[in-house]
Amino acid sequence: MNLLRRPFFWIIGAVILVFALAPAYHGNVELRESLLLATVYITLASSLNMMLGYAGYVNFGSIVFFGLGGYFCVWLMSAHGWPLAAAALAGGVAVSAAGLLFGLGILRLRGAYFALSTIGVIEAVNAFVTNFAPWGGSSGMYLSPVLFEPLGGARHALWTIYYLLVAVMGMSLYLSYAVKRSKFGLGLLAIGQNEGAASVLGVPAPRYKAIVYSLSAFLPAVAGGLYFFKGAFIQPPDAFDLQLSTEVIVIAMLGGQGTVAGPAIGAFLYEQLRGWLLTSPTFANFQLVVAGALLLAIVLFAPGGLMGSLYRRWPRLRGFLE
Amino acid sequence: MGAVYGLAAMGITLIWGVMDVINLTHGTMIVAGMFSAYLLVGSAGVPVYATLPIVLVGGFVAGVALYTIAVQRVVGQAPLMSLLSTFSVNLMLIGMGTAVWGTVLFNVPVALPGLSLGRYTFPGTHLMSAAITVLLAGALYLLLYHTRIGKAVRAVSGNREAAELVGIPTRRVLALSFGLGVALACVSGVLIATLFPFTVLSGDPYLLKSFVVTILGGLGNPVGALIAGVLLGLFEGLTTPFMPVSWIPVIEFALFVVALIAFPGGVLGLRSARPH
Repeated sequence: MNLLRRPFFWIIGAVILVFALAPAYHGNVELRESLLLATVYITLASSLNMMLGYAGYVNFGSIVFFGLGGYFCVWLMSAHGWPLAAAALAGGVAVSAAGLLFGLGILRLRGAYFALSTIGVIEAVNAFVTNFAPWGGSSGMYLSPVLFEPLGGARHALWTIYYLLVAVMGMSLYLSYAVKRSKFGLGLLAIGQNEGAASVLGVPAPRYKAIVYSLSAFLPAVAGGLYFFKGAFIQPPDAFDLQLSTEVIVIAMLGGQGTVAGPAIGAFLYEQLRGWLLTSPTFANFQLVVAGALLLAIVLFAPGGLMGSLYRRWPRLRGFLE
Repeated sequence: MGAVYGLAAMGITLIWGVMDVINLTHGTMIVAGMFSAYLLVGSAGVPVYATLPIVLVGGFVAGVALYTIAVQRVVGQAPLMSLLSTFSVNLMLIGMGTAVWGTVLFNVPVALPGLSLGRYTFPGTHLMSAAITVLLAGALYLLLYHTRIGKAVRAVSGNREAAELVGIPTRRVLALSFGLGVALACVSGVLIATLFPFTVLSGDPYLLKSFVVTILGGLGNPVGALIAGVLLGLFEGLTTPFMPVSWIPVIEFALFVVALIAFPGGVLGLRSARPH
């Protein structure tokens, strides 16, 4: 693997290591919870980035993968007694497969039309699950605390979930990196620049788009399974929260769309900012306003995001950070 | 009811057709119309239908302001940018709305006698809304097709650079169409407020419906939007006896995707298909 010889590969490894070790070293539960949220954000943002940044397709409904993954996992565990890891993975595979089928349909739409249809996807999936009796309809599903037993009780289970989420985050970063370095990624970037020209030059655009849509569904779905298992409760408004979907877009744009490190940095910064906003009395109600203002400012004045401005200032950074 | 969907969609179809910008604040602008009607009726005691001109002017001003702040810089760029910028404005507006009013239900009380026709009774508010919608659609049609301004708008919509070359102040025309689009959204908000109770978050379903109507009616076509709106209203009326109301978004969305894939130029196809 020539990836192994690149410094960026090891930078990702170091980040994962810090995530895994920092809270354990201090035994700090508060830090763990904060980092846990960051791992979820990073997973969602770097998966979205493959659609948004590489292929140039805005997906307003990326949270659907997260929610559906959560639903699959919770349902498999509570109704069929599957173990956590198997249920979360099965959720990922199922959502990915659904994404592939769905992607072949709605990805025939281009640009803005696709973006609009993803808003529709979120509404439609939400309405569907709210009416779907086996998944508890609008009241959702609970997990019995007994399910935490195989993981050594609730306390121990929370640490296990955290490590699993760190692993998922690491996979999402490596996946994002590997895709960017591959021929497939080059095809996606070409689609993002000019889809018509890319097709003429022999990029199988419809197939690539469907694959990346489905690929960007997998890890968020797994993360969703773990996340909702942690809460032991899932219901449609939490699972298909348009606000979270939005935040993920803000994160990817903030860090710099189309880069591997950007979404991760963006996620980390946004998580800190959010924590500060939620606890400060003046801004607690205005979290959406701030997210909106931030996004507007980025779109209007710095469409390259943080990584874009870093690159402009220190072009040599391109060699290390991708 | 359907006529109001048509009116709501006219705003979006105008902006979309003229400047290729999809205004994601549309749903929130509809809600803004609802709330201005509520405030004007509640605190200033203005009769509901008298708020329409006020809201129309207010919406126009708001639209022009929105255009100058958030849209001007991204017109003509990749659709991604304008989507994201209007989306973020929408977030801010919704955030402020929920911070001020929360998400409780509001309604605007209207007393208007209904009209009985044999076995059926049409509520007065519905009839009034339909009448106003038809009136506004007519006015918009006249404006677009029988005035110099309308001619300029259509020219910019057809080819912006060429329009600029022949001396049309495209920026002003774009700001004007954006203002008009938002004003229409606000007015349709007032009319919807006379029919149903609403919350700060009611915009999304109407935004979705507006997209469906726009696609069905063809881009940038006010008359098509009106017809498609009526069709959608009828469709909803006909399906509700057979299935729970909560399924309607699923069906509408399916309709939207099928319509987009099958008829990229709009089902009513009055305008030639544009590549998307």
